[in-house]
Amino acid sequence: MKPNISSAVAEKRSGLWRRMVKSWQLYALLLLPLAYLILFHYVPMFGIQIAFKDYSPAKGIWDSNFVGMKYFIKFFKSYQFTQVLRNTLVLSLYSLITSIPAAVIFALALNCVRCEGFKRLVQTVTYLPHFISLVVLVGMMWQLFNPLVGTYGTLYKSLFGKEAPNILGIPTAFYHLYVWSGVWQNVGWSSIIYVAALSNADPGLHEAAQIDGASRFQRVIHIDLPTIYPTMIILLIMRCGQIMSVGYTKTLIMQNSFNISYSEVISTYVYKIGLGSNGNYSYGTAVDLFNSVINLILICTVNKISKKVGEESLW
Amino acid sequence: MVIGKNSRRVKESREDQIFYFVVNVILWIVFALIAVPLLYVLAASFSSASAVVAGKVYLWPVDFSLAGYKAVFENSSIVRSFCNSVFYVVLGTAINVALTVCAAYPLSRRDMPGGNLIMMLFSFTMIFSGGMIPTYMLMSNLHLLNTVWAMVIPGAISVYNMIITRTFFRSNIPNELLEASQIDGCSDFVFFVRMVLPLSKAIIAVITLYYAIAHWNDYFNAFLYLTNKKLFPLQIILREILIVNQVNGDMIMDAELMEAKEGLSELLKYSLIVVSVVPVLIIYPFVQRYFVKGVMIGSIKG
Repeated sequence: MKPNISSAVAEKRSGLWRRMVKSWQLYALLLLPLAYLILFHYVPMFGIQIAFKDYSPAKGIWDSNFVGMKYFIKFFKSYQFTQVLRNTLVLSLYSLITSIPAAVIFALALNCVRCEGFKRLVQTVTYLPHFISLVVLVGMMWQLFNPLVGTYGTLYKSLFGKEAPNILGIPTAFYHLYVWSGVWQNVGWSSIIYVAALSNADPGLHEAAQIDGASRFQRVIHIDLPTIYPTMIILLIMRCGQIMSVGYTKTLIMQNSFNISYSEVISTYVYKIGLGSNGNYSYGTAVDLFNSVINLILICTVNKISKKVGEESLW
Repeated sequence: MVIGKNSRRVKESREDQIFYFVVNVILWIVFALIAVPLLYVLAASFSSASAVVAGKVYLWPVDFSLAGYKAVFENSSIVRSFCNSVFYVVLGTAINVALTVCAAYPLSRRDMPGGNLIMMLFSFTMIFSGGMIPTYMLMSNLHLLNTVWAMVIPGAISVYNMIITRTFFRSNIPNELLEASQIDGCSDFVFFVRMVLPLSKAIIAVITLYYAIAHWNDYFNAFLYLTNKKLFPLQIILREILIVNQVNGDMIMDAELMEAKEGLSELLKYSLIVVSVVPVLIIYPFVQRYFVKGVMIGSIKG
């Protein structure tokens, strides 16, 4: 019996080997992408160890002195810890509760439009801001809300007859400017997925409901909304997994000395303490690692929960 | 559907009429909120500096003038960064698309041993990464800081786009085609070049556009990796002028009066916004449906 089993294993192994040899051309295609992936994504992961070390350029990553949790403790104890954590959470939760409902309501409304031309016009125009760069978006916002020369300023003056208060100078306004400019930029684009789900809905349901005397509004609530419910859940899960990551680009661009205490989020803080003037690589990496680990835990948890609750999951 | 349409027309209840009215009002408001700022920027860019500063411009140019555009194109750093951006878009997108397609095809093949493992390697980078500083250190160790490569190599493959492409290959390249070609002695390379690529023009168009726009709008790579002004892309210059407000003295040619200078610098901002958005807007109407297609493919799990 024994030789038989081992020969079967050997045969299986040689089968795998033969299949691998047979698809060598596929591996060849993968060569460059895989090399890129390993060099630019996996090699930096080894660099994370400097979070636990006192990195000195002279000694290099591997030979720097090990200091354990020093930099994590430093971060938890620093006065900025609560501030950046609060800003990160407020910004992402605020974005979450505005952007998803906005896109859903917009998609539902769009689905009710009976004039195809109007629908297409609205879609074309509302998708457009998605392709504008963040620098231009913030630049436009700064121009339009300029109390002296912007549209906001001149409109305010002509309506109330006095000079407009400077919204951009109010530190707490940062949250609202950040979130609502995001809604402005992405409401159309994020509605695409819902509009598509709605157009795939069974028309029989609508006909049946109409015969039973349901109004259009009732049909929106009882037919359209349940149709896009699964899509909504998936997107909500994805967003929940990213609660600790607020994009640094937009925040950095919008940041100035007025709003710094409301606009400093973890990712911008990492940049500043790590790569800014007098940057400390180890400290920055520690804060970044803290953030990524929480993100990783969040996304796995949320995915597990959603798997249990329904069949929707990311992987 | 026909019955539905007829019945709607025949007996539209008062409730429904109000509902449709409200829906239309909501959509007009959304439409206006998005269109008006865009139109305002466009109108302001074609107005005269004094009209812009006095706040006379609403949706139509006042005292039509091209002074803003003249100032934009006379500014050497704007023109240079514009050309740099075009170069980064072309080079970067070519690299992106080539690598993405080369990664997506083998991974779409179910008969390749180890495919799932490699796919996991790719997917894992979507939820965990080395982070900003280790990546910066790597770039610096490879001597890529302050080179053109710093603008095109990081993010050479977007895993998201790769997954879209892979999903497309899986659902649009029939297995029978592969089997038939294999019987005829067609190798994987030949099949990839002769069959897969010609059948996948739609998805290649989608990811090309995604990548191209991402490169055009990219700000952070340049911010992080470039200090040499000669290599700056447009977005960096845009930020300096629009947000940090550093209009150098030499930017304005006739710096006779302080007021005129300030007015022109306001005007220049609007014209600059238009110039920087135009490349995207020119292609946008033609490719809108491709973009939408990309979102739809992306929403299907592979």
